[in-house]
Amino acid sequence: MDPYDLSFHRIMSKSVDRRSVMAASASSGQGTWEPVIGLETHVQLGTNSKIFTSASTTFGDDPNIHIDPVVCGLPGTLPVLNQKVLEYAVKAGMALNLQIAEHSKFDRKQYFYPDLPKNYQISQFDEPIAEEGWIDVEVAEKGKDTYTKRIGIERLHMEEDAGKLVHAGSDRLAGSTHSLVDYNRAGVALAEIVSKPDLRTGREAAEYASEIRRIMRYLGVSDGNMQEGSLRCDVNISVRQGPDEPFGTKVEIKNMNSFSAIQKACEYEIQRQIKAYETGEPVVQETRLWDEGKQITKSMRSKEGSSDYRYFPDPDLGPIEVNEERREGWRAELPELPGAKRHRYAEEFGLSVYDARVLTDERSMAEYFEAAVAAGAEAKGVANWIQGDIAAYVNANRLGYSELPLRPEQLAEMVKLIDGGKISGKIAKEILPELLEKGGSPKAIVDERGLGMISDPAAITTIVEELLAAHPDEVEAFRGGKTKLQGFFVGQLMKKTGGKADPKLANQILSQKLKG
Amino acid sequence: MSKITADDVRKVAQLARLSLPDDQIETFTGQLEKILTYVAHLEQVDTENVPPTTRAVEVVNVTREDEVTATPVREDLLDLAPQREGDFFRVPKILAD
Repeated sequence: MDPYDLSFHRIMSKSVDRRSVMAASASSGQGTWEPVIGLETHVQLGTNSKIFTSASTTFGDDPNIHIDPVVCGLPGTLPVLNQKVLEYAVKAGMALNLQIAEHSKFDRKQYFYPDLPKNYQISQFDEPIAEEGWIDVEVAEKGKDTYTKRIGIERLHMEEDAGKLVHAGSDRLAGSTHSLVDYNRAGVALAEIVSKPDLRTGREAAEYASEIRRIMRYLGVSDGNMQEGSLRCDVNISVRQGPDEPFGTKVEIKNMNSFSAIQKACEYEIQRQIKAYETGEPVVQETRLWDEGKQITKSMRSKEGSSDYRYFPDPDLGPIEVNEERREGWRAELPELPGAKRHRYAEEFGLSVYDARVLTDERSMAEYFEAAVAAGAEAKGVANWIQGDIAAYVNANRLGYSELPLRPEQLAEMVKLIDGGKISGKIAKEILPELLEKGGSPKAIVDERGLGMISDPAAITTIVEELLAAHPDEVEAFRGGKTKLQGFFVGQLMKKTGGKADPKLANQILSQKLKG
Repeated sequence: MSKITADDVRKVAQLARLSLPDDQIETFTGQLEKILTYVAHLEQVDTENVPPTTRAVEVVNVTREDEVTATPVREDLLDLAPQREGDFFRVPKILAD
């Protein structure tokens, strides 16, 4: 280790906050530590049946309900690939700009662990279904400029999930007397997506994972539910003393079940490794677990590097060939992806980076927005209503946008009423709860209840004159210099008209009449 | 031709979770060596222009529809295990290696 770096970092490492700033600003001069992060993401593909057998994939059922002789790997059983798994894997691969392999195969990865019923996992080793791609990740952090970074993706392959262990006699493996196994999850289809080591901060890692999830949800190939384990990320992380230095010792972190946990685990681990190097402690190649309660990573204390998986082609499964016709047929079914939508919303609708990001987070919200704009309403207005009252209602009632009673065309009608000066924003906000609950035509409601804006100057003049006559003291005070009283009159006017007076016109007439 | 050593046999036995007493190590070292020598006869075949194959039957894209069929064999499968506990398979304490 370079002694210069040691002393430099001792000076800089007085507070954790300052150190994390140093670690993140990798390119700023010599002597800073550069974190190198790569992610392995396991995405459960949302098929009804398992990858190689017709057992159900339903989550949360009684233990060992969804098992059969193929799942348990009994002698004489024959796994057969679920064609939906292949379709989903190819679509996911294309969405991540990967090259789809014309020829691909399944291999057996051998190891012993009780959650693996066959003592081997059917996976893909040297001929994965998809290789060499990238996604553009938008990195947004409070108080910092949002930037876009292209993250390379090494590969995507299909494999089967393992079962679940319950450790008895202790809440942890250490100290347990025995374990109980539930194989319901064993054999559920997974796509494993391996990024290149292109990530440099915990925030980038979290944003990358979040974009992968968003893409999978757009495609409809996975629900991406992290709490239920449909999307799991393992992080590989090391630090080095500059972009041109060789990689440091790599540590794997598991057990993060939210994007914020991914970010925090990376940030903690970066600091732990830097500190270890600075104090001359060894950083060993190992697997560590993120402890959400303590907000630290802990060594699993298992021997690494001793694994010998002895991959070989699975003789039970024939090779996979995806010809151009099939591949392009699936490509044609891909929806517009979140990255493209974000870009288009800014370009076509002139929305801010923030608005575009929020509106495209969920495909259903984006499609609702687009339908309202297609119905002729101005994009900015629609965006504001969706992000405000509508999103609040949808979230509070746990609704999907497709089941929201207020249809996008009806929202468009309301926005057009406001923009056309037919109703005020205040009236719109008043009728919205009813529309959200029951749907219906905003125009019909406005007409029926006489909620249209009063924009006839003569009508407003009459009301203003009545007001002035009813409040002679205030009029006198106003004319004596208390011009702040204009607000009082505006309030009175709105009260009298039920908020329907055209605010601009009302102010104009009021000013004129008050002056006398 | 590589020679099988006693250490190779110990490693393979460990990977396969086989417990071999020392006196058997020698026996299996000789046997494995013989098996490999026999299989090595295949090396005499000229495979210069033959693409590698992984199976005897040439089939591609054998797939099935994504349909769920329940197989009511849960009890049978659980009973086949060395130990069950309720609806779970029970396994001994897991060592971290």
